[in-house]
Amino acid sequence: MENYRTPLRRARGLGSAKHGVGHWLAERVTSVALVPLVLWAVFGVITLAGTDYYGAVAWISQPLNAVLMVLLTAVSFLHMHAGMRVIVEDYIHTTLSKSALLLLNLFVCALMGSLAVFSILKVALGGA
Amino acid sequence: MTETTQGPRERPLSPHLMGWRPHATMVGSILHRITGSALYGGALILAGWALSLAAGPDAYQAFMELLGSPLGKLVLFGLTLSLFYHLAKGVQHLFWDSGKGFALPIANMATIACFAFAVAATLAVWAIAWMTGAL
Repeated sequence: MENYRTPLRRARGLGSAKHGVGHWLAERVTSVALVPLVLWAVFGVITLAGTDYYGAVAWISQPLNAVLMVLLTAVSFLHMHAGMRVIVEDYIHTTLSKSALLLLNLFVCALMGSLAVFSILKVALGGA
Repeated sequence: MTETTQGPRERPLSPHLMGWRPHATMVGSILHRITGSALYGGALILAGWALSLAAGPDAYQAFMELLGSPLGKLVLFGLTLSLFYHLAKGVQHLFWDSGKGFALPIANMATIACFAFAVAATLAVWAIAWMTGAL
Protein backbone atom coordinates (compact mmCIF):
# COMPACT_ATOMS: atom_id res chain seq x y z
CA MET A 1 0.00 0.00 0.00
CA GLU A 2 3.00 2.28 0.51
CA ASN A 3 3.33 2.65 -3.24
CA TYR A 4 0.20 4.80 -3.31
CA ARG A 5 2.30 7.69 -1.98
CA THR A 6 5.14 9.21 -3.95
CA PRO A 7 8.55 9.15 -2.24
CA LEU A 8 8.36 12.96 -1.96
CA ARG A 9 5.00 12.78 -0.18
CA ARG A 10 6.38 10.31 2.35
CA ALA A 11 9.53 12.35 2.80
CA ARG A 12 7.36 15.31 3.78
CA GLY A 13 6.02 13.27 6.68
CA LEU A 14 2.45 13.32 5.35
CA GLY A 15 2.31 9.66 4.41
CA SER A 16 -0.09 6.97 5.54
CA ALA A 17 -0.31 6.37 9.28
CA LYS A 18 -0.68 2.65 8.35
CA HIS A 19 -3.87 2.33 10.45
CA GLY A 20 -6.40 2.63 7.66
CA VAL A 21 -6.73 -1.04 6.80
CA GLY A 22 -7.46 -1.94 10.42
CA HIS A 23 -10.23 0.68 10.66
CA TRP A 24 -11.69 -0.43 7.36
CA LEU A 25 -11.70 -4.09 8.36
CA ALA A 26 -13.19 -3.35 11.81
CA GLU A 27 -16.12 -1.55 10.17
CA ARG A 28 -16.77 -4.59 7.93
CA VAL A 29 -16.38 -7.17 10.70
CA THR A 30 -18.79 -5.29 12.97
CA SER A 31 -21.27 -4.91 10.09
CA VAL A 32 -21.27 -8.67 9.45
CA ALA A 33 -21.85 -9.33 13.17
CA LEU A 34 -24.68 -6.80 13.27
CA VAL A 35 -26.75 -8.51 10.55
CA PRO A 36 -27.97 -11.41 12.75
CA LEU A 37 -27.88 -9.31 15.95
CA VAL A 38 -30.14 -6.63 14.48
CA LEU A 39 -32.62 -9.14 13.05
CA TRP A 40 -32.82 -10.76 16.50
CA ALA A 41 -33.21 -7.34 18.13
CA VAL A 42 -36.20 -6.39 15.95
CA PHE A 43 -38.16 -9.30 17.37
CA GLY A 44 -36.85 -8.47 20.84
CA VAL A 45 -38.27 -4.94 20.51
CA ILE A 46 -41.68 -6.31 19.43
CA THR A 47 -41.67 -8.61 22.48
CA LEU A 48 -40.65 -5.79 24.83
CA ALA A 49 -43.16 -3.31 23.41
CA GLY A 50 -45.98 -5.66 24.41
CA THR A 51 -44.88 -6.06 28.01
CA ASP A 52 -44.24 -3.95 31.14
CA TYR A 53 -41.24 -3.38 33.42
CA TYR A 54 -41.46 -6.81 35.07
CA GLY A 55 -41.81 -8.52 31.71
CA ALA A 56 -38.76 -6.65 30.45
CA VAL A 57 -36.73 -7.63 33.53
CA ALA A 58 -37.77 -11.28 33.09
CA TRP A 59 -36.87 -11.10 29.37
CA ILE A 60 -33.41 -9.65 29.92
CA SER A 61 -32.71 -12.02 32.81
CA GLN A 62 -32.61 -14.93 30.39
CA PRO A 63 -28.92 -15.63 29.67
CA LEU A 64 -29.28 -15.70 25.87
CA ASN A 65 -31.18 -12.40 25.78
CA ALA A 66 -28.72 -10.73 28.17
CA VAL A 67 -25.65 -11.85 26.23
CA LEU A 68 -27.12 -10.96 22.83
CA MET A 69 -28.18 -7.53 24.15
CA VAL A 70 -24.65 -6.89 25.45
CA LEU A 71 -23.18 -7.99 22.11
CA LEU A 72 -25.70 -5.91 20.15
CA THR A 73 -24.88 -2.84 22.24
CA ALA A 74 -21.10 -3.27 22.16
CA VAL A 75 -20.89 -4.06 18.44
CA SER A 76 -23.38 -1.31 17.53
CA PHE A 77 -21.43 1.34 19.42
CA LEU A 78 -18.14 0.19 17.88
CA HIS A 79 -19.72 0.27 14.41
CA MET A 80 -21.37 3.67 14.84
CA HIS A 81 -18.15 5.12 16.23
CA ALA A 82 -16.32 3.95 13.11
CA GLY A 83 -19.07 5.23 10.81
CA MET A 84 -19.38 8.67 12.40
CA ARG A 85 -15.60 8.96 12.44
CA VAL A 86 -15.52 8.52 8.66
CA ILE A 87 -18.28 11.13 8.24
CA VAL A 88 -16.37 13.67 10.36
CA GLU A 89 -13.12 12.94 8.51
CA ASP A 90 -14.89 13.36 5.17
CA TYR A 91 -16.60 16.69 5.83
CA ILE A 92 -14.67 18.52 8.56
CA HIS A 93 -11.22 19.74 7.60
CA THR A 94 -10.36 22.32 10.25
CA THR A 95 -7.95 20.61 12.64
CA LEU A 96 -9.58 22.00 15.80
CA SER A 97 -13.20 21.24 14.81
CA LYS A 98 -12.22 17.84 13.46
CA SER A 99 -10.32 16.86 16.60
CA ALA A 100 -13.14 18.13 18.83
CA LEU A 101 -15.81 16.19 16.92
CA LEU A 102 -13.71 13.00 16.77
CA LEU A 103 -13.17 13.19 20.54
CA LEU A 104 -16.87 13.92 21.14
CA ASN A 105 -17.80 10.93 18.97
CA LEU A 106 -15.40 8.67 20.87
CA PHE A 107 -16.51 9.89 24.31
CA VAL A 108 -20.25 9.70 23.53
CA CYS A 109 -19.89 6.16 22.14
CA ALA A 110 -17.66 4.96 24.98
CA LEU A 111 -19.82 6.53 27.72
CA MET A 112 -23.27 5.59 26.38
CA GLY A 113 -22.13 2.12 25.28
CA SER A 114 -20.58 1.40 28.68
CA LEU A 115 -23.66 2.72 30.52
CA ALA A 116 -25.93 0.54 28.40
CA VAL A 117 -23.83 -2.61 28.87
CA PHE A 118 -23.56 -2.02 32.63
CA SER A 119 -27.34 -1.41 32.88
CA ILE A 120 -28.14 -4.61 30.98
CA LEU A 121 -25.80 -6.65 33.20
CA LYS A 122 -27.12 -5.01 36.38
CA VAL A 123 -30.72 -5.94 35.56
CA ALA A 124 -29.83 -9.37 34.16
CA LEU A 125 -27.80 -10.25 37.25
CA GLY A 126 -30.68 -9.28 39.53
CA GLY A 127 -29.52 -5.87 40.71
CA ALA A 128 -32.67 -4.03 39.58
CA MET B 1 11.67 27.73 -17.29
CA THR B 2 9.24 30.26 -15.88
CA GLU B 3 7.02 27.42 -14.60
CA THR B 4 9.32 26.63 -11.72
CA THR B 5 8.60 29.99 -10.10
CA GLN B 6 4.81 29.67 -10.33
CA GLY B 7 4.40 26.91 -7.74
CA PRO B 8 2.33 23.76 -8.34
CA ARG B 9 0.12 23.64 -11.43
CA GLU B 10 -3.61 23.68 -10.84
CA ARG B 11 -4.79 20.11 -10.45
CA PRO B 12 -7.90 18.79 -12.21
CA LEU B 13 -11.00 18.85 -9.98
CA SER B 14 -13.57 16.09 -9.70
CA PRO B 15 -17.06 17.11 -10.85
CA HIS B 16 -19.07 18.88 -8.17
CA LEU B 17 -21.89 16.97 -6.45
CA MET B 18 -24.54 19.30 -7.92
CA GLY B 19 -23.29 18.63 -11.45
CA TRP B 20 -24.78 15.14 -11.44
CA ARG B 21 -28.21 14.02 -12.52
CA PRO B 22 -29.57 11.99 -9.56
CA HIS B 23 -29.42 8.26 -10.15
CA ALA B 24 -30.19 5.19 -8.03
CA THR B 25 -26.72 4.34 -6.75
CA MET B 26 -26.01 7.99 -5.88
CA VAL B 27 -29.27 8.44 -3.96
CA GLY B 28 -28.66 5.04 -2.37
CA SER B 29 -25.19 6.01 -1.20
CA ILE B 30 -26.35 9.32 0.27
CA LEU B 31 -29.25 7.58 2.04
CA HIS B 32 -26.85 5.00 3.48
CA ARG B 33 -24.98 7.78 5.25
CA ILE B 34 -28.14 9.62 6.35
CA THR B 35 -29.75 6.44 7.74
CA GLY B 36 -26.47 5.54 9.45
CA SER B 37 -26.49 8.91 11.19
CA ALA B 38 -30.14 8.43 12.19
CA LEU B 39 -29.27 5.02 13.65
CA TYR B 40 -26.60 6.73 15.77
CA GLY B 41 -29.55 8.42 17.49
CA GLY B 42 -31.36 5.08 17.55
CA ALA B 43 -28.49 3.43 19.42
CA LEU B 44 -28.57 6.27 21.97
CA ILE B 45 -32.30 5.55 22.44
CA LEU B 46 -31.38 1.87 22.98
CA ALA B 47 -28.86 2.96 25.64
CA GLY B 48 -31.58 5.16 27.20
CA TRP B 49 -33.90 2.15 27.31
CA ALA B 50 -31.28 0.05 29.15
CA LEU B 51 -30.59 2.90 31.59
CA SER B 52 -34.29 3.41 32.34
CA LEU B 53 -34.72 -0.34 32.92
CA ALA B 54 -31.85 -0.30 35.40
CA ALA B 55 -33.34 2.80 37.09
CA GLY B 56 -36.52 1.00 38.09
CA PRO B 57 -40.26 0.64 37.27
CA ASP B 58 -41.16 4.36 37.31
CA ALA B 59 -38.31 5.45 35.05
CA TYR B 60 -38.98 2.53 32.71
CA GLN B 61 -42.69 3.32 32.44
CA ALA B 62 -41.94 6.99 31.74
CA PHE B 63 -39.43 6.04 29.04
CA MET B 64 -41.81 3.57 27.39
CA GLU B 65 -44.63 6.14 27.47
CA LEU B 66 -42.32 8.58 25.71
CA LEU B 67 -41.56 5.97 23.02
CA GLY B 68 -45.26 5.09 22.77
CA SER B 69 -46.37 8.70 22.22
CA PRO B 70 -47.29 9.74 18.65
CA LEU B 71 -43.93 11.51 18.24
CA GLY B 72 -42.13 8.50 19.75
CA LYS B 73 -43.87 6.15 17.34
CA LEU B 74 -43.01 8.40 14.40
CA VAL B 75 -39.33 8.36 15.44
CA LEU B 76 -39.40 4.57 15.90
CA PHE B 77 -41.04 4.12 12.49
CA GLY B 78 -38.32 6.25 10.88
CA LEU B 79 -35.66 4.29 12.73
CA THR B 80 -37.16 0.97 11.56
CA LEU B 81 -37.05 2.22 7.98
CA SER B 82 -33.46 3.46 8.49
CA LEU B 83 -32.42 0.19 10.10
CA PHE B 84 -33.69 -2.04 7.30
CA TYR B 85 -32.36 0.24 4.59
CA HIS B 86 -28.91 0.51 6.22
CA LEU B 87 -28.91 -3.27 6.75
CA ALA B 88 -29.72 -4.06 3.11
CA LYS B 89 -27.39 -1.41 1.70
CA GLY B 90 -24.67 -2.60 4.08
CA VAL B 91 -24.96 -6.11 2.66
CA GLN B 92 -24.70 -4.65 -0.85
CA HIS B 93 -21.56 -2.81 0.27
CA LEU B 94 -20.09 -6.11 1.53
CA PHE B 95 -20.61 -7.54 -1.97
CA TRP B 96 -18.99 -4.43 -3.44
CA ASP B 97 -16.07 -4.81 -1.03
CA SER B 98 -15.50 -8.31 -2.42
CA GLY B 99 -15.40 -6.78 -5.91
CA LYS B 100 -18.77 -8.13 -7.04
CA GLY B 101 -21.95 -6.40 -8.21
CA PHE B 102 -20.43 -3.36 -9.87
CA ALA B 103 -21.99 -3.88 -13.32
CA LEU B 104 -24.29 -0.88 -13.70
CA PRO B 105 -27.60 -2.75 -14.27
CA ILE B 106 -26.89 -5.02 -11.26
CA ALA B 107 -25.78 -2.11 -9.04
CA ASN B 108 -28.92 -0.15 -9.95
CA MET B 109 -31.24 -3.12 -9.45
CA ALA B 110 -29.64 -4.06 -6.13
CA THR B 111 -29.96 -0.47 -4.88
CA ILE B 112 -33.64 -0.33 -5.83
CA ALA B 113 -34.06 -3.73 -4.15
CA CYS B 114 -32.62 -2.15 -0.96
CA PHE B 115 -35.31 0.58 -1.09
CA ALA B 116 -38.02 -2.03 -1.66
CA PHE B 117 -36.73 -4.30 1.12
CA ALA B 118 -36.59 -1.40 3.59
CA VAL B 119 -40.22 -0.43 2.92
CA ALA B 120 -41.52 -4.03 2.87
CA ALA B 121 -39.65 -5.14 6.01
CA THR B 122 -40.70 -1.99 7.90
CA LEU B 123 -44.37 -2.47 7.03
CA ALA B 124 -44.12 -6.19 7.91
CA VAL B 125 -42.55 -5.51 11.33
CA TRP B 126 -45.10 -2.81 12.20
CA ALA B 127 -47.93 -5.09 11.03
CA ILE B 128 -46.61 -7.86 13.28
CA ALA B 129 -46.27 -5.41 16.18
CA TRP B 130 -49.84 -4.24 15.59
CA MET B 131 -51.22 -7.79 15.34
CA THR B 132 -49.48 -8.91 18.53
CA GLY B 133 -50.86 -5.88 20.37
CA ALA B 134 -47.43 -4.32 20.93
CA LEU B 135 -48.53 -0.95 19.54
